[in-house]
Amino acid sequence: MKAFRGEPSIFTSARPEDRRAELEVKNLTLKFGGITALSKIDLNVRDGELVSIIGPNGAGKTSLLNSITGYYKPQEGQISFNGQDVIGLSTHHLTRIGIGRTYQNIELFPGMTVLSNMLLARHVHCGYHVGKASLFLKSVREEEVRHRKILEELIDFLEMQAIRKQLVGSLPYGMRKRVELGRALALQPRLLVLDEPFAGMTLEEKEDMVRFLVELNEAWNQTMILVEHDMSIVMSISKRVAVFDFGVKIAEGSPDFVQNHPQVIKAYLGDTSKIE
Amino acid sequence: MRKLQFHPCGSFKTSYQQDLNIFSTDFGRLWMGISIVLLFGVVPFISSAYILYVVNNIGIYAIAAVGLNLLIGFTGQISLGHGAFFGVGAYAAAILATKGGFPFFLAVPIAGVVSAAVGMVFGLPSARLKHLYLCIATLAGQFIIEYVLVQWEGLTGGAQGIFVPSATLFGINLGNDRAFFYVIFGCFVLMTWIAVNLIRTRIGRAFIAIRDNDRAAEGMGIPVFPYKLLSFAISSFYAGFAGALFAFYTMSITPEPFNLWLSIQYIAMIIIGGLGSIPGSVFGVIFIVTLNEVLSHATEYLMNVGVSTGVAITIAPLREFVYGLAIVLFIIFEPKGLAEVWRIVRSNFRLWPFSY
Repeated sequence: MKAFRGEPSIFTSARPEDRRAELEVKNLTLKFGGITALSKIDLNVRDGELVSIIGPNGAGKTSLLNSITGYYKPQEGQISFNGQDVIGLSTHHLTRIGIGRTYQNIELFPGMTVLSNMLLARHVHCGYHVGKASLFLKSVREEEVRHRKILEELIDFLEMQAIRKQLVGSLPYGMRKRVELGRALALQPRLLVLDEPFAGMTLEEKEDMVRFLVELNEAWNQTMILVEHDMSIVMSISKRVAVFDFGVKIAEGSPDFVQNHPQVIKAYLGDTSKIE
Repeated sequence: MRKLQFHPCGSFKTSYQQDLNIFSTDFGRLWMGISIVLLFGVVPFISSAYILYVVNNIGIYAIAAVGLNLLIGFTGQISLGHGAFFGVGAYAAAILATKGGFPFFLAVPIAGVVSAAVGMVFGLPSARLKHLYLCIATLAGQFIIEYVLVQWEGLTGGAQGIFVPSATLFGINLGNDRAFFYVIFGCFVLMTWIAVNLIRTRIGRAFIAIRDNDRAAEGMGIPVFPYKLLSFAISSFYAGFAGALFAFYTMSITPEPFNLWLSIQYIAMIIIGGLGSIPGSVFGVIFIVTLNEVLSHATEYLMNVGVSTGVAITIAPLREFVYGLAIVLFIIFEPKGLAEVWRIVRSNFRLWPFSY
């Protein structure tokens, strides 16, 4: 696919092996006291894929994302990322090895500008230490400028030029979601984990967001996991869909397969066989 | 030559470099230049001995307050032990100078490092504790250090304190106020510049992220606990550095001044000045030190005027009352502190005379 929104250098100049992402979740069980939030989950995400996770409220979608990104510590099972066992690693470590995410209830820094929010995401890519920073040496200045350029490319990509100096707290909800996507991209993640990026958006905002995600995935080969409730979007952009219900994965496959799966229909609509 | 920027009515920046500058206009740079010239060239020569003493105290406290603002205002970790860290710096410098025979220019930074190490130890609870709970944990630090300063007589001289030899720097005796003025304010300018640099780089951004939302900070790849400790260390280094200057300036130290009251005063300084603002910390120090001096002069004056002596004795505690009142009024009417007042004044000037 042709790229339509500029050519951000984090995509064009990165070597394919630096962006490779293979996630393997095996037999994962997560319990909170007596409640089993996830039981024996298997899920694979291959390089360049866009995998969606759907399911009714409380199905365990966000719990799985929180386990993958290190916020929750599952009791059993394995999660491996590019062959490395990542269970037990802290969130900041996972961010450094290339798992970046957005949050369901936007976790931006409302008192900072869009630009500072995104600059924060470049933290792991800044090489200088406290000593150099305190003297603001030339190398520090140059590095700051380099990161600023990278961010400007992302700002162009996400069409946020007009709001770059605005405080995030003053932006409308849909725009904040976009800023959060921008911040996650600035982390330069191998695997981008999106938790309900379309929640609470107007139709136009959803359309814009779909365009960004599709272009990221198709033109820039960004590996993504998407948790979302909007079925029409999920079914039209995902390559593979996994359906969760009460902490169990009940189906996985192409959008068409999943839509006609009897258990999925049962989970969403209830047992239809009794209606006669 | 580059076109100078004085009163831009919009953003006319043409490079990302310009966005990184401390002063966004040449006007700001000009005023900074003028004030530095006034500070170093005029103030020490026109001030009386008493005024110079007050100004020197402002300089010493300002260094510690800038450090404390890095911790409380930027990283959001409240420390009630800063007075004690200041004391650790003072004692470390005094002990290094008397027992170790270290020269002034080595004793001061080493005292800062000692204080930073102590600060990090008392910052350890921040791994688990937040907000008020951390506040109480650092309060424990304050009392432990005070206790050690009084009781470890072999090292600290107990309640007697230590006499510090007069400082010399490159063969110049710093025994008089004017010479010491240059040392204090040289250090002050350097330390403030370093604080500003830290804030505009990834270190400061990480601090602010931890203050605003530590969960998201973790998601941005920032190891939260090490950065909290770093903040404790930097801030205690500032306090210890200032404490060391204090020790050399007063020439004799006892555990008395480094009590909880001093810690509270530091917090009052940065709240009144403005949390999360470097110039604010300095404004706060100027305000509090001046207020202290004015109030003590006022009570002294009333005591000595025959008619009001009786009244003055009854209203002597009024000093603490006015002090508390000032803090409360600031919190109610200008919670962002003097820095915000300064910003409003500046923006009024920027738009004058067309303030719309």
